Amino acid sequence: MPALVIAAHGSHLNPGSHDPAFAHADTIRAAGAFEEVREAFWKEEPSFREVLRTLDSEQIYVVPLFVSEGYFTEQVIPRELRLEEWDVADWNSEGTDADHVTLTAEDVGKTVHYCGPAGTHESMTDVIVQRAESVTGDPDVGEGFGLAVVGHGTKRNENSAKATEYHAERVRETGRFEEVHALFMDEEPEVDDVTEFFESDDVVVVPLFVADGYHTQEDIPEDMGLTDDYREGYDIPTEVDGTRIWYAGAVGTEALMADVLLERAADAGADVGNALDLVRQRTGGTAAAGD
Amino acid sequence: MNDAQLHALREAATDGVSCDGLRAERTEDGYTFATPEATHEGLDEAGFDALAEANPWLVSNWHVWADASGARAAYCRWIERADDLGVRERYEALVEGLSREWGQLLVTAELGEDGGRVYELRHVDDANAEPDALALHDDPLDAREIATLDADGRYRPLKTAPTLQRGWRFAALDGRDLVRTVEFFYPATVANWQREREGDLDVTHFRETAERQTGIYDVVDELDPEGVENLARACCVDSQCLKRREWDEDDEAELDAPRGDGEFPCREPCSLVIAAARQWAILESEDSRTYEFELTPSEKTQLEEIVGAVAEGRTDEIREADVGDGANRYRARYLRAKLTDEDGSFENVSGGQ
Ligand code: SF4
Repeated sequence: MPALVIAAHGSHLNPGSHDPAFAHADTIRAAGAFEEVREAFWKEEPSFREVLRTLDSEQIYVVPLFVSEGYFTEQVIPRELRLEEWDVADWNSEGTDADHVTLTAEDVGKTVHYCGPAGTHESMTDVIVQRAESVTGDPDVGEGFGLAVVGHGTKRNENSAKATEYHAERVRETGRFEEVHALFMDEEPEVDDVTEFFESDDVVVVPLFVADGYHTQEDIPEDMGLTDDYREGYDIPTEVDGTRIWYAGAVGTEALMADVLLERAADAGADVGNALDLVRQRTGGTAAAGD
Repeated sequence: MNDAQLHALREAATDGVSCDGLRAERTEDGYTFATPEATHEGLDEAGFDALAEANPWLVSNWHVWADASGARAAYCRWIERADDLGVRERYEALVEGLSREWGQLLVTAELGEDGGRVYELRHVDDANAEPDALALHDDPLDAREIATLDADGRYRPLKTAPTLQRGWRFAALDGRDLVRTVEFFYPATVANWQREREGDLDVTHFRETAERQTGIYDVVDELDPEGVENLARACCVDSQCLKRREWDEDDEAELDAPRGDGEFPCREPCSLVIAAARQWAILESEDSRTYEFELTPSEKTQLEEIVGAVAEGRTDEIREADVGDGANRYRARYLRAKLTDEDGSFENVSGGQ
């Protein structure tokens, strides 16, 4: 039976950074679709460099737990896994279309089905909506509510913005929320001015980030005016300029995220049996550990 | 030994069995059953069974290892010293338990039912602790949580730092779960140890690793040979990391820094070392200058003691009233009050800024 590797960033400084990868791996393990499920990290161990040799399986599905295509999915992960035949052109992607390619990892001679990042999969849109449900405690949230999807945004990686806009557009198309906007930390339109972009009295803000950390716990709440000092905390919702802001924290901590990882592997040909159903049952509406 | 094991041995004898001194074969002339002491040939089934019954350890030992292969089997056999001890000696010792250290882990193999193996895992410093005094775990995944923080609650970014917290044990693990647990504590160590034993460890030296770096780590390859030497001395010694460093500057240039005495090899600079190397590559790109300032001989010694205490992580241990220690907090504060301005910069230093 094949193995699944969840490739995440991790951190040298913040132990909470690995929690989503651990939690989603545990969910997928419990669903039993893979003989082995292993987390691997850029900043923690097992490193991308060494994870493949710890697995018995000859067929390995690797899904990056990253929100967008770019430096990590195109350069770092393929290089560190020693996928020497890798060529980014094989993605044939405009920034949000990466699906999968099958390559050989040179050091172990195993077959690697290298998948696009979790963050650009279409089912990620469902996770964003689920996050809005979780934070409001309302499974029908939408009427009278605006939704902001917040991306990092940066000059270095334009795909980060593309992923944010892609999901904002998909949520908008469902017509479920009164208004949907993509906002950014580092570029226009900025999350600082969130209330200016919405007419609704209630706005759910969902950052398209994998783990809670500096940006989602300190920067964004302060920038939006939820609090002057993140250490003092804030209420959910908090009223800012007459708008109630329901701040959701990193979308990657939502339990349903495990479903996206599985879907990526299934799209790449993994036989996941009824695991998708099991995972959706288990994660629908409940928050992940470490949330 | 049980009936299933005996039956399996009879079946396997058709293809020939050889394991730790036991040899069993079936040919047209009947069965062969050989122990380290004697070889019996031309046996009928009853004779074969009788010899198996008389050597239950040999049979169950064969059964334990019959289907095992790869790194996991090599590791489990290493724990019970299968290459050094005969089956009888080993079984006698396994009743009490045979232990090995693996970093800060103490792995103990014991005999389970019908000669099977069960493993216990705990911190080496808890070797003599009563089992009840240690928190009991049976899920390998728990190791991830235990390994995340040290005893003071500080994050451990390097899994092989010698700061594993104590007070837990994993009991009654089978071989598969044992290796999974060990690998959650010390990822990839079993795989790389096994590669090394087979003469197959793929070491990537510093230069090659540095040249591969991109993005903000691109500068790492600017660290000069002396910097690489200091990097290994700062990070890759037993007091900081339990892996045995097998990488050097490159194929030709061996580093003088001690490699460490660890059981498992380090085949490539880790991400923490690369992050540190980046910092030093940036710092080392500055030109040096000459500074002049006055210190008493004791103050010079004191600065050396402060650097030493911080580098060894010893500052927490220096007692408040131990003003004889140069790195004592009050001593350091006195020196600061005497030599620096409100910003903490040295006053009256000429030559620098
Ligand atoms: S590079 Fe040094 S610090 Fe890092 S794992 Fe290897 S020996 Fe340890």
